[in-house]
Amino acid sequence: MADETPVRVVLAKLGLDGHDRGLKVVARMLRDGGMEVVYLGLRQTTASIIDAVEQEDADVVGISMLNAGHLTLGPLMVDALADAGLDVPVVIGGIVPDEDRPILAAAGVAGVLGPGSPAADVVACVQAAVAGRGH
Amino acid sequence: MVNSDSRTDSGPGFRTLSGIPVDGVYGDGPLPGEFPYTRGVHAEMYRSRLWTMRMFAGFGTAGDTNARFHDLLRAGGTGVSTAFDMPTLMGRDSDHSWALGEVGRAGVAVDTVEDMVDLFAGIDLGTISTSMTINGPAPILLAMYVAMAEEGGVERSLLSGTLQNDILKEYQAQKEYVFPPRPSVRLVTDVIRFTTAEMPRWNPVSISGYHIREAGSTAAHELAFTLANGFAYVEAAMAAGLDVDDFAPRLSFFFNSHNDFFEEVGKFRAARRIWANWMRDRYGATDERSLKLRFHTQTAGVSLTAQQPEVNIARVALQALAGVMGGTQSLHTDSHDEALALPSEGAARIALRTQQVIAHETGVANVADPLGGSHYVEWMTDEMERRATDVFTHLDDLGGGSILEGVYAGIESGWFAGEIADAAYRYEREINAGERIVVGVNAFTEGNDAERARLLRIGQETEDLQLKRLATVKQARDDRAVADSLRRVVADAGNPTTNLMPALMEAVTVRTTVGEIVEALEGVFGTYVEQAVI
Amino acid sequence: MAPVADRNIAELVAAARGGELRATARLLTFVERGGDLAEQVAEATHRHVGNAHVVGLTGPPGSGKSTLTAAWTILLAENGRRPAVLAVDPSSPLTGGAILGDRVRMAGATAAGVFIRSVATRGHAGGLALAVPGMVRVLDMAGFDPVIVETVGVGQVEVDVTAATDTAVVVVTPGMGDAVQANKAGLLEVADLFAVNKFDRPDAADVRRDLELMLDLSKLTGHGRSDAVARPTIVSTVATTGRGVSELADAVDTHLEALLAAGLLEARREGRRRAEVRSHLEHLVLAASAAVVEAAFGDVVDGAENPDEPPGVTARRLAERLLTDPDS
Repeated sequence: MADETPVRVVLAKLGLDGHDRGLKVVARMLRDGGMEVVYLGLRQTTASIIDAVEQEDADVVGISMLNAGHLTLGPLMVDALADAGLDVPVVIGGIVPDEDRPILAAAGVAGVLGPGSPAADVVACVQAAVAGRGH
Repeated sequence: MVNSDSRTDSGPGFRTLSGIPVDGVYGDGPLPGEFPYTRGVHAEMYRSRLWTMRMFAGFGTAGDTNARFHDLLRAGGTGVSTAFDMPTLMGRDSDHSWALGEVGRAGVAVDTVEDMVDLFAGIDLGTISTSMTINGPAPILLAMYVAMAEEGGVERSLLSGTLQNDILKEYQAQKEYVFPPRPSVRLVTDVIRFTTAEMPRWNPVSISGYHIREAGSTAAHELAFTLANGFAYVEAAMAAGLDVDDFAPRLSFFFNSHNDFFEEVGKFRAARRIWANWMRDRYGATDERSLKLRFHTQTAGVSLTAQQPEVNIARVALQALAGVMGGTQSLHTDSHDEALALPSEGAARIALRTQQVIAHETGVANVADPLGGSHYVEWMTDEMERRATDVFTHLDDLGGGSILEGVYAGIESGWFAGEIADAAYRYEREINAGERIVVGVNAFTEGNDAERARLLRIGQETEDLQLKRLATVKQARDDRAVADSLRRVVADAGNPTTNLMPALMEAVTVRTTVGEIVEALEGVFGTYVEQAVI
Repeated sequence: MAPVADRNIAELVAAARGGELRATARLLTFVERGGDLAEQVAEATHRHVGNAHVVGLTGPPGSGKSTLTAAWTILLAENGRRPAVLAVDPSSPLTGGAILGDRVRMAGATAAGVFIRSVATRGHAGGLALAVPGMVRVLDMAGFDPVIVETVGVGQVEVDVTAATDTAVVVVTPGMGDAVQANKAGLLEVADLFAVNKFDRPDAADVRRDLELMLDLSKLTGHGRSDAVARPTIVSTVATTGRGVSELADAVDTHLEALLAAGLLEARREGRRRAEVRSHLEHLVLAASAAVVEAAFGDVVDGAENPDEPPGVTARRLAERLLTDPDS
């Protein structure tokens, strides 16, 4: 029965940006991909995300970034989870130029989804991030 | 140099490229400039004056954006439009904890009136009109703009421009709100009262559908929700004691122009017709200017692809054409690199040039409502109106005969957000299933790996500079005056019938910051927490 | 602290009892997964329980239960209690996934330190009824009190889950015919307490009156809980402003005291235990019988079939054979 267990994802936006169309669409994509999405929505902080990861025993964190803050906020989230002793991968989706992907990977971000990623890619990326942690 | 606005290229009369003279309008039925203005708000339309080529700009510090403003004006832009950064949009200062990593990135950082001074340095505010895209803290930014202009010697009554100040759509779509809906609508009506009395050339609200559409709504819902919000503001302003003909002439609109060409044209035409009928019959407006729906258009940001970005130039050109053929008063064209970053200088110039090609080379500006009379376009206009009317009926029901109350109810219950999310998801599914083609994304993908052009980057230096700037201003100001001004703001806010604008003017003049004022107001109005509808 | 993945169940239980939230969360996950791990957790926890007041809270979608639960738990936290919420949302029957949106609607509560765990129904019949009691026990053992199970009361399973608590609260709202809906869903028969939320709406008084009428009726007809301690209290609330929330809190506490005073609490908890045994039994038998049915059905295809026979007759014949002679 354990392998039927759905992947549990915490989905959020860090910072002030209120554009959540993409986040909501991704929530539905992941649900349709058989995952359980704990939807935190807008204006979350690393602290509120960490609380959710802890209590919900989440397998992965998905963050939507549209405001060019990803190089600051992506590593910030990765580090905050590490400091809290939570070995949970972070996937970033949204507007991320190609040249920033290696920088994010080096900072420990487990996956990046660019604009217009189809549902299959979104689900596969999140699954791969979880598998990479051997959960 | 040709001023982009002028029609000096027309020579004696208007002729096609091949020299054939053409009339100002063709066909019958209500003509442009005639009620209900389906075919346009002016008889002459673009023959007498082209639409304003108003390019949206803002990034980094006020100095950076000022430079871009000057570039755009030199290149032929005829109005200025300001994009603010996320902290400013959300009413926080650059040194707030939430501003980390966001200062100057999505727009220009404005904390105090000193930033306004830098932002508009060297621009003659008596002749150039300015648009400011800001909602929650809009009254504060308007106060800063006015204070800055008057300090620079330009009287407020001469200032021409638009404040977006459309808070209702924030709850429905863009989510850049601070306070709960009712006190926020009070702030909107305070601005309307203020500008109606003191700034006759200023549009106090730009009732927007752009963001609703970007959030994923259908075209008909973009139309319906926008006009419903417009009716809501009309009701609110009338309830605040204003006569409808006093303020309605200065209400302006802002629509999206998306990919389906004729759907967009039908939408724009239906908008004018609906507004005219409702304003006259439901709200009793008699001044012609109250009945004429004037709008700004922006091409659909959400349609831009990161794949093969140069193809976006074609998309934008066609979307801009739809706006012009739909009779827009003002137009912003997106830059091709905007799927990945704020526009680079070169890309912004191409976007402006696109408008200039339409205006001066295609001949479409020679005839008003050139598509009027087309079977398809007339049917589409009617269909848009039908679908919008269903929404108005629903909201009227919800609100017990008041569109304003219906909109509040729809916001509270998440109805708007639910409709938008459903449409967004449907669209995504269609693309995923290949039922809807997006060139470069799910078809015609050869060329996706081509070399990328350089993107605009906002570095950490911007944040550091702005923080220093803010600290300097705070150092130099009179803290006692600031504290007194905040006390007055709080007192006035507590009285629902007092117009907050004078208190805001006083506060910004003594260099109180956006964040300080917003926090003071939060103490009175509370903060809005959305009940998320996924 | 060592990562949860590196610790065994005994260590996790000790850590959870010591207040470590992620240990509690991992134990909840094991229970949810079922099977061997869930049984180990049950073994380790069943002796440590009985301290928490277990409260079920249910109502139709749009009744504002999340907002009400948030307001109530914030009040509890302010008064020094340590509430935990299991927020149950339906899984998609098609894909098995779920969007769990209760947590975001209770953002004020999480900020106040309330423990919230979102639970998806996961689709398999009765699965919820299996997992929830086990998860409640984990939270009870970890020292949370009250433990609140919040569900959308539209299905039999959700109704059963609500009933299997110490205090069952049913939330209704004006304008949606909720009192009637609640009756149809069987909620009136399990409720110990009603909250009429959105009491600032115009027809709120009508809902209250409808409820009173239905309760009068059920008294006459003998419906309602057989283990009820008193006629259910009705509380009026406006969750968004906080009005009536302290009354709700008091009514919940009062109900527990009444159960204790009447000596009924033990009976209720024994009833809960029995309901859980029944759920497990049904699940086990269902799983076993599925295999048997599969085998019997094989016979149908292999030639025992008479195509002119009505399907019901064929099935009855096979069933008779199975039930009287299980070895065939």
